Amino acid sequence: MNNNRPDSYWRKNTSLIRNLLIVWAVVSLGLSILLVQPLNTIQFFGVPFGFWMAQQGSILIFVALIFIYAWQMDKLERKHNIRR
Amino acid sequence: MSVEFWTILFVGISFCLYLYIGWRSRVKDSKGFFVAGQGVPAIANGAATAADWMSAASFISMAGIISFIGYDGSIYLMGWTGGYVLLALLLAPYLRKFGKYTVPDFVGDRYYSQFARLVAVIAAIFVSLTYVAGQMQGVGIVLSRFLQVDLTRGVVIGMIIVGFFSVLGGMKGITWTQVTQYCILIVAYLIPACVISLQLTGNPIPQLGFAFSDIASNLNNVHQELGFAAYTEPFANKSMLDVLFITIALMVGTAGLPHVIVRFYTVKDARSARTSAAWALLFIAILYTTAPALSMFARYNIINTLNNQPVAQVQQLDWVKKWNKIDLLKFNDKNGDGILQLAPENQLNPQGQTVNEVDIHKDIIVLSTPEVAKLPPWVIALVAAGGLAAALSTASGLLLVISSSIAHDVYYRMINPNASEQKRVLVGRIMVGFALIVAGYFGINPPGFVAQVVAFAFGLAAASFFPVIVLGIFDKRTNKEGAIAGMLSGLIFTATYIIGVKFAGMPTWFFGISAEGIGTLGMLINLIVTTIVSRLTPPPPQEIQEMVENLRTPTIETTTEESLTPMH
Repeated sequence: MNNNRPDSYWRKNTSLIRNLLIVWAVVSLGLSILLVQPLNTIQFFGVPFGFWMAQQGSILIFVALIFIYAWQMDKLERKHNIRR
Repeated sequence: MSVEFWTILFVGISFCLYLYIGWRSRVKDSKGFFVAGQGVPAIANGAATAADWMSAASFISMAGIISFIGYDGSIYLMGWTGGYVLLALLLAPYLRKFGKYTVPDFVGDRYYSQFARLVAVIAAIFVSLTYVAGQMQGVGIVLSRFLQVDLTRGVVIGMIIVGFFSVLGGMKGITWTQVTQYCILIVAYLIPACVISLQLTGNPIPQLGFAFSDIASNLNNVHQELGFAAYTEPFANKSMLDVLFITIALMVGTAGLPHVIVRFYTVKDARSARTSAAWALLFIAILYTTAPALSMFARYNIINTLNNQPVAQVQQLDWVKKWNKIDLLKFNDKNGDGILQLAPENQLNPQGQTVNEVDIHKDIIVLSTPEVAKLPPWVIALVAAGGLAAALSTASGLLLVISSSIAHDVYYRMINPNASEQKRVLVGRIMVGFALIVAGYFGINPPGFVAQVVAFAFGLAAASFFPVIVLGIFDKRTNKEGAIAGMLSGLIFTATYIIGVKFAGMPTWFFGISAEGIGTLGMLINLIVTTIVSRLTPPPPQEIQEMVENLRTPTIETTTEESLTPMH
């Protein structure tokens, strides 16, 4: 049982959650809403960048965040022998 | 072959499929009935969650709304997807580890209080009922528009189909029909969107056509010529603060909606809950990144087809005739020049009348796309089947939540804890039937305030469930007193503000935040009250703290896998 350290598992889990939620907030609330006006002066191919973030980019990043969380947690649980 | 023929064929085939799946997945035990036996594969649960989540509103109305408000429509796009990040990271794995059947189950057990359970039950039923009425109405609208069935008969047909597979199969039947419904609705959404993208941008993938063509700048130019704000211009209809608050309320509300949360009770373990949340959002994102592209294309198309065109010529178009007949598209050549003019609502002529001569209902943006793009009749029929799939899948998920709230949380957990398996399933089936009749009634006689009460569903879910569930997992110190005080204060504040603003003419006194966005503040109030009251009252009992500890350690549940795992 010496590899099974629930405390460090939980700490790593919560810091992973915190980091991913920071990205989540920066992308959606930050770039797509609060900073959309300055970002719209940058052209992203055919559309203003802030507008593209709000209607496409943020959603794609949300999907990526959940997949990253699932993969990272699998790795973490294997390391802590919670699963084989 | 006519549109009617294809519509009857496609709708008929899809209905037979749902009935067949319902018959194949019939269940006898309560675990099968309420949580599909907890063995649903992660990817299947992802598809089922996506269908459960995407309602008639997502399928039919969302692209239309965005098409009218441009950037400001992002509140729905981000709000209804961003919540899944919260769900996957903060709720789903732990609620699956908890292993019971409903959201009130968690609230009642974690806060060792029947009163907390009851508050959660009432909130769950209220949220789900307001939501399901809209779905039954959606079924009626699609059937009446495409098959000229009258609305009442349309709703009754929908009730029979949903009733069959949810009464027989419970959550198991619902799960596998939802998987089928996802496939139908996504194909139905993508085909017209891809064709119209190809026609307008030369790129068949709408997401790419959206970004890598000059359609956005063309549309912005047309908009400004007509006196509208540019399509991509932010905050043309809502202030920045309001956009922020509404987006957060929709995100948090999404993560707190009981019919979405219970889907994660049906998978094998916490790990599958995480993976299936990822699949769910991927499946949802396919539609949610197509929608804004479709909105932009449709806006461009509609303006080009209607603005500055002779009235007589426009009225010859087949799709115009069809939607004009049921008043979803109205013309009024006010200045009598025989030419149609599109203009913002607030633009007035010297006589003080509005200049605008075309009145477009938001719902026809998606429904008319295949016709505007001149696609064959079978595509139009497919869109009808897709709209029905979206409405029926969401309705069935909601009905099960209402049924399990009464049959499981109230009857089994509060009134008769000694009820036998057969009795619990029987009560569950009866309650599905009962909820269906209530939902059908509201579908046929929609209360005038249906559109307004949707703000309630998200606002109340955000202000009641989300904070107490998250704190229940991440903060061991949160106790019964805190949770009850927090839920009540969040609920009462949010409900008062929404009712005040929507029905009693109260000004939006909190920095102009609209009723749709106030759930964000309600959630913060809930969080603060829960935390403070918990600190001022005794900590939860030892066994509750151990239960939380246990929630946080996701071990493999099944004995066969355990025996394969060497213990170190």
